[in-house]
Amino acid sequence: MTQTKSQLESSERFKPKASRRDFLGIAAAWSAIAAFVMAMLGAFRLPMPSVFPESNSQSKLGKPNRFLEGSATYFPKQNLWLSRSQEGFHAISSVCTHLGCIVERDGEGEFSCPCHGSKFDRAGNVAGGPAPKGLVWVDLSISPEGWLVADTLKETKQGTYLKV
Amino acid sequence: MAMTDVPETSKQDKRRSIGEPGALRRLGSNLLDTPSAFRKSLVRHGQPTSDRAKSQTVFTNFFLHILSTRTHLHSIKAATTLGLGVATMMLFIILCFTGVLLMVYYKPSVDLAYASMLDIMHVVPSGRLMRNIHRWSAHGMVACVMLHMARAFYTAAYKKPREFNWVIGMSLFVLTLALSFTGYLLPWDQLAYWAVTIGANIAQSPKELTDALGVTAVFDIGRFQKELLLGAHYVGQEALIRFYVLHVIILPVAISILIALHFWRIRKDGGLVRPSYADEPMDGSASQHATASNEPGPAVIKTYGLMGLMKGKTPAVDREMRNTITTWPNVLYVIGAAAMLTTLAMIVLGVLYDAPLAEMANPAVPENPAKAPWYFLGLQELVSYSAFMGGVGIPAIVVLGLALMPYLDREKEDAGIWFSGRQGRRVSFMSAIFGAAVVIGMLAFTVRFGWLRNWEATARIPQIVITFFNPGTVFVAIFAVWSVVVVKLTRSTRMGAIALFTCFLVGFAILTYFATVHRGPNWDFFWSHNDWPVH
Ligand code: HEM
Ligand code: FES
Repeated sequence: MTQTKSQLESSERFKPKASRRDFLGIAAAWSAIAAFVMAMLGAFRLPMPSVFPESNSQSKLGKPNRFLEGSATYFPKQNLWLSRSQEGFHAISSVCTHLGCIVERDGEGEFSCPCHGSKFDRAGNVAGGPAPKGLVWVDLSISPEGWLVADTLKETKQGTYLKV
Repeated sequence: MAMTDVPETSKQDKRRSIGEPGALRRLGSNLLDTPSAFRKSLVRHGQPTSDRAKSQTVFTNFFLHILSTRTHLHSIKAATTLGLGVATMMLFIILCFTGVLLMVYYKPSVDLAYASMLDIMHVVPSGRLMRNIHRWSAHGMVACVMLHMARAFYTAAYKKPREFNWVIGMSLFVLTLALSFTGYLLPWDQLAYWAVTIGANIAQSPKELTDALGVTAVFDIGRFQKELLLGAHYVGQEALIRFYVLHVIILPVAISILIALHFWRIRKDGGLVRPSYADEPMDGSASQHATASNEPGPAVIKTYGLMGLMKGKTPAVDREMRNTITTWPNVLYVIGAAAMLTTLAMIVLGVLYDAPLAEMANPAVPENPAKAPWYFLGLQELVSYSAFMGGVGIPAIVVLGLALMPYLDREKEDAGIWFSGRQGRRVSFMSAIFGAAVVIGMLAFTVRFGWLRNWEATARIPQIVITFFNPGTVFVAIFAVWSVVVVKLTRSTRMGAIALFTCFLVGFAILTYFATVHRGPNWDFFWSHNDWPVH
């Protein structure tokens, strides 16, 4: 009986038996790869900071009575506009939610961004341009000594006013 | 063997027998001989006058052996490569050279960086020239790498067996842009600061998508990328050091390794791509060694050197030699000329034009308009529609699409022919016009009428709609449809590829021009710089 080449090749005789040596070799290769990957993960954990340089994000803005009702004061270091109205204090971040430029505030209290022309209304809602969401309302509190404190990394809900 | 040895030994015996001063005299004559003996140990073959010695010159030299000993005539024609690959390489070398010199004075600290730039410009001997050359070469490298890519594309050099080299090329393209971008921050001036702030926030822009999907709380890839890049939440000292490390070590080393691979691959892929007719005998002469001289090539002693693994259907015996010339010195002249012209151009630019330096970075007041370097301005225009699609989505689609090109278009014909011949030239021409019309049309529409947010009915539309439906995504979609139509009409994937590539190239050029010339403060439209409001 003659066999074709493909029959021959698929026959039992031609199937190499998985040997113990193969198994050990493959296992060794994979454990080396796994060890390498884990080592790299460990090494590349380094550039991911666990403490940020600005982790102390709270700063004193002043005593509340310094600010008149109806006033808006800019704090360039904290990038925020502090406003006082009848409802109380609120602080709106001047960092554009599009790509991080600093928005300008006009006489009407509306904001516009110089970089790609985003516009925001008095409450920080998007009124035009590419910004995906409104300006951030920054968390305000009163310190035990009676200072007005802003936490620039803490967001608060729009319409949250601090009564003094 | 013994026969030839005899005179040798007897001579030595004689020398030794001359007597005591022999050793000293030998030392003396060795000393006199040292220059020539040293030269012989350095260059282990004779003067490269015969073809064989010329081949050996290339073959045995560590730096030259990346070239083959003989080169096809088609490969050194100016119209084949336009010298763009060599120009890119030379610019990279110039950048490394001038960059290391700049490192001598540059200090990567937010307090000192700007002052050290001023020093380099005004105090350091030839500092201004080195900085100018560095800056213009950086621009030049980006321009050349793009043009080189276009050359490789239009001559269909990405086809088998060069698919993977095209992919390596794509990685080099991305790394070159990264190299430029990281260098842009280092002067720590206003332009640098705000361009990089925008860039870092583009890294964060996947947030636009995750926010819209409401998954940011569990999967905030945007924030992760930004923190990894900046080491903080704003561009500051941490960011400056990170960009510096990337710019002076990580990216140059990565690029060097990939360039070496890129060149190695060219060699292994059988040299530069050439059309099949380039292997026909020239001048109708039937001689198999039409241009090879009578002297034996290296084949005689280095047979294995020429029987490399060549791709192709038939053994390439003899055909290998046809229409080739020795690499030394012909190809070296060509490479040298391209490299020297590039260097000359950079020196002239450096002498004539100063690299810009704006005021020192001021995190409180953005530059208005804060424009990125020219090669990112097209993206900046797209970003002004949607940060995520313009800054991440569309670039990712383009880079992925380009990298997959050789795997999607596998037609074998016409590699090595510009535009793949008549039909390709027509498709390129039509696509250029079509692409230009679409992009100009969309820009005009957007400038004149605005987009969804500017219209009463759609002013409050959810962000996700704008993310996926904005002028940028619209013309990318139109281009895709156009190229599918071209594939259908011409029944050729190569023609479809040409259509798509041409549309993107033209789109890129127009967007870059538009953002450079017609965008002013607040990213508003102006006919020219003279119309900008004064403030
Ligand atoms: C740092 C960047 C790069 C350098 C230094 C470089 C250098 C070179 C050089 C010197 C050549 C020889 C032919 C010539 O001079 O044109 C070449 C060929 C080639 N390059 Fe690049 N290149 C770079 C980036 C790219 C990019 C971005 C692509 C495409 C995505 C690419 C794809 C190719 C291909 C496919 C070839 C083979 C061309 C052929 O066979 O005709 N390279 N490269
Ligand atoms: S950063 Fe404000 S609109 Fe782009």
